Formats: sequence, structure tokens, C-alpha cells
Amino acid sequence: MLDGRGAIRRRAGARLWLSGGWLLLLVTVALFAPLVAPQDPLAQDLMSGRLPPFWSAQAEPGFWLGTDSLGRDVLSRVIWGARVALTVACIAGPLTALIGGALGLIAGFYRGWADRIISRLVDIWMAFPPVLFSILLIAVLGTGLTSIILAIVVIDWTRFARVVRAEAMNQGAMDYVAAAQVAGFSRLRTMTAEILPNVLPTLVALLSLEMGISVIVEAILSFVNLSLSTDAPTWGGMIAEGRTSIHQAWWVLAFPLVALFLTVLSFSQFGEGLKDRFDPVLR
Amino acid sequence: MDDARPLIEVENLRLSLPDLAGKPLIGPAPKLEILKGLSFAIPRGAVLGIVGGSGSGKSTLGRALIRLLEPSGGAIRFDGQDITHLPEADLRPLRRRMQMIFQDPLSSLNPRRRVGGIIAGPLRLHGFDAIDRRVDAALDHVGLPRSFRGRYPHELSGGQRQRVGIARAIALRPDFILADEIVSGLDVSSQAQVLNLLEGLVADLGLTLAFISHDLSVIRRLCRNVLVLHRGEIAEHAPTAQVFAAPRAAYTRELLDAIPLPDPDQPWA
Ligand SMILES: Nc1ncnc2c1ncn2[C@@H]1O[C@H](COP(=O)(O)OP(=O)(O)OP(=O)(O)O)[C@@H](O)[C@H]1O
Ligand SMILES: [Mg+2]
Repeated sequence: MLDGRGAIRRRAGARLWLSGGWLLLLVTVALFAPLVAPQDPLAQDLMSGRLPPFWSAQAEPGFWLGTDSLGRDVLSRVIWGARVALTVACIAGPLTALIGGALGLIAGFYRGWADRIISRLVDIWMAFPPVLFSILLIAVLGTGLTSIILAIVVIDWTRFARVVRAEAMNQGAMDYVAAAQVAGFSRLRTMTAEILPNVLPTLVALLSLEMGISVIVEAILSFVNLSLSTDAPTWGGMIAEGRTSIHQAWWVLAFPLVALFLTVLSFSQFGEGLKDRFDPVLR
Repeated sequence: MDDARPLIEVENLRLSLPDLAGKPLIGPAPKLEILKGLSFAIPRGAVLGIVGGSGSGKSTLGRALIRLLEPSGGAIRFDGQDITHLPEADLRPLRRRMQMIFQDPLSSLNPRRRVGGIIAGPLRLHGFDAIDRRVDAALDHVGLPRSFRGRYPHELSGGQRQRVGIARAIALRPDFILADEIVSGLDVSSQAQVLNLLEGLVADLGLTLAFISHDLSVIRRLCRNVLVLHRGEIAEHAPTAQVFAAPRAAYTRELLDAIPLPDPDQPWA
């Protein structure tokens, strides 16, 4: 056919496969980190500090991406860091989407006092600067994975609530909602079976974005040393350490940074790709 | 059931909506009276045309009749039962019997549901058996191929979408159907087809129909009686032929003059 749909679908396909491929690889190595990582990520060896990556003449076999100033294997630490990053993304993202999405849906569909309460709450929440808010939260909750996840959920649910509320209001004004009432469907059933499927594409796109954001937030908190205990490998922690020796050993900074970048990009592209591929209205 | 009794009886119907434009900063919005005491009846099997200028309250009246809106005064009786202030839960069993066809077929069909699901959903809710057969029958009735069950609304033409809206309504075997400007969004040839279809269905299924339109030629063709609304009041309620031949209300005359009617007797110049 001569219309542009084929080309769009092919491009969407490439996007889906590339981003999905990277995420799948990441999930696999994170799941099997103890088997996949060539070295112990915590093992220090001051005699083999700052070894360059494998293509360099001074590289040593077994340390594919080189070592940091304490002699720890960069590749193994990136792999173990993926565990932390993905754990945060896969728990904080969906949890945020669930809470913010549900509140936004209720506010946008039922309106009335439910909407007034939820919207006021969102307004109050938005008045706090998010970075200060998260640091404050971590200070109260203490460091650790659970605190990071909690902080992300507590801060970012408003993002979902706002967007989903607006979308639910748009959908609620459509005649198919009146048609559901004419048919005799309950309000709850109309919300979950008529409105939700139409809000879902927006929700999925937001969720994929949020998973990327979670990875960044975790990295930032690790970077400022508010995440896990200092020696556990995290991408943010590695970037912070690599920064101090960037002139002597750039690879300590570069590889976790690339992993972070690819992961955040893949999450958002994967969401877009899913939408293009599976939304019947766009297909 | 008392067959002599009209299916729908409306008595001194009043309806006010909050006027959000005139809402003061603090406190509730003032009420705007949109329907100002209407009384009429729709006999079983009749087709009542409802006409009137834009903003005269036609849609509001229609939505009150099937209780998408709650009246603020007066009474509406459906098959003898007072439904004026019936809560939604008590209305549910009656919902099967009063259906609606919407003006904008694209907006009235859930874009992420297939045609089959759109027609089957209400059937399932009201506990019908042999759903598949009924969906097929409804599609047959409105002249759509059965294969359209698997299509999404955006994969249909405007006229086809409106047929799906009609199929959804008649599949429930309702007693009453409200049609609010159902052909105004269609091109002329689809309009004629949908009107033919509706005419046939009313006769075949013994439907009682309220047909809202601002197009008097359509009303003239479809409706035995016509109700002329003017600013929320009934300007005239009479047999269509009489209204067209000798409009009694000044407003009806205005309306007839304002809308160019193709004169069937006039030869082509
Ligand atoms: N939700 C609402 N809140 C307040 N006023 C409303 C609302 N809906 C309609 N109205 C007002 O009620 C009046 C009647 O509206 P209605 O939609 O019934 O008119 P109509 O006869 O169907 O007009 P049209 O031919 O343009 O569809 C209008 O003056 C309109 O502004
Ligand atoms: Mg109207």
C-alpha cells in the first residue's frame, strides 16, 4: 500500500525491538548477576587499580571494562548496579502509576467532592520542590531501597493524578459514557470498563516515563550518597566515584553513565512503541 | 398492561440546571430554568417529532424523558410508572425499555471496543440469552454485514457508525427510543438511508419514538405528530400535517419561514 502506515509501523517496530532488547538484556543480567558478573563487585585489589577497558594494551583479561581506583571490576559493578536500578524502576513505577492513576481516574470521572479533595491535595503537593522533598523524606525514612521507592511514590503520584484526571474528564464528556448510562451500567463499571481502557494508553506512556525517572532519581540519590550503604554497587554511586578520577580513569564514570542513559531512553521508547503497536485506535 | 394508556406521560415538567456562567465567587450557582412546565403524552407506537430553535430545550427534554437528567418539578410516567425522581439503581431495570440514539455516532461509540462488544455489552447486562445470535440479528436489522462485529468504530463510515448506534438500541428490544438529531451529522445520502431504516424499524418492531430534529422536512416525513418547543415552553403540539398546513402559533410560522422547505409540488425550474 502506498500510504504511510506501513512505514510508521516499521519504525515503531524498530523502536520497540531496540528498546525492548536492551531492557531484556538488562533484566536478564540483573536477575542472574551472581552467575553473569565475571568478578565479585566488592572485591578490592589495590595492585590492579584503574585498569583500562579490554581494547587497551594495558588491559588485563577478566576485567572487560577495566577497574576503578580500588581495583573493583567495572563491568561486574554495572551489572549489580542494574539490579538496584531495575528493582527501583519495577516497584516504584507501577506503584506510583497505580496510586496516582486511581486517584486521577476517580477525581476526573466522579468529580464533585472527591475531585475537590484530590485536586487540593495535588496542589499542596506541587508546592514542594521535589528534590528538597525527596532529601527530606530520605532524612526522615532513613536510607535504603525501601526509602527510595517510597520517596518516589510519595513525590511522583501527582504527575499521574493530574494527567489521568484531565484525560478522564475528557473521556467523561464523550457520549459513549452517556450511552453506558442509557444501557444501565453502574458508574463504577463505566469507570473501569469504558473510561479506563481509553485512559490506559496515556497511563502506559506515563508509566514507562516514570520508570526511567525512577532510575534517574535512584542514581541522583546514590550520587549524593543518600541511597544504599556506600559499598553496594549503584550506577549513581559509581558515577560519583568516577567523577573524582575522570582524568586518570574515564571508564569508571563513562560505563555506568552509558548504562543509565540507555536504560532511561529505552523505558520511554518502549512505552511509546507499545502504544503504537497495541493501541487499536492508532493501529 | 393498559394498552390504551400512553407509553409516556409528561405533566407540568420543569427542569433547571445550574447556570455556571452566572456563578458568584462564593456559594452555589443560580438555577436556570430550561423547561418551563411541559405537558404532553406519547401514545404507544407513535412517532413524535420535537422541533425548535437552537437552545429551545429539545435535548434537555429528551434527556429528561429517559432520565439522563432529573426534573426539578412535575412528573414523567413511563408505562404508568412514575420515574420523575427514581434513583439510578431503581431505573436500571427500566433502562432496557428506553433507549437512545445519539447525534454524534463517533463520540457515542467507545473507540476501544469492537462493534460486537458495543452491541453485546448491554444485552449481557440485562441477562439476555443467545447473545451472539442477537448481535447478528441486530446487525442484520440495520443492514450491516455480520463481519463488522470485529471492527472498531474508527474503521467505519459515518453512516455505518450511526447504524451501529441504532443496532445497539434496538438489540435490547426497547419500547421507547429517543433519537436526538441523529442524521444532522451525516451527508445527504446517508441521511436518507438512515431515515429509511428507522422508518422500517419503527413499523417492524412497534417502537415508540421521540425524534428530535431542527430539519422540518425530516420531521414531516417521519412523524405523525409534532411538538414545537420555544424557549422551554410548548408553542404548539398538533398533527404534523396540520402544523404544516396551518401553523397556529406565531413561533411555528416563524420557524417554517426560517427554514427553506423543498416544496414537493413545485416543478424544477
Ligand atoms: N449543562 C448545562 N448547564 C447549563 N445550561 C445548559 C446545560 N445544557 C444546556 N443548557 C442550556 O439549556 C438550554 C437548552 O439546551 P438544549 O441543549 O436542550 O437545546 P437544544 O434545543 O437541544 O438546542 P440545539 O438545537 O442547539 O441542540 C440552552 O439555553 C443551553 O444553554
Ligand atoms: Mg440539542
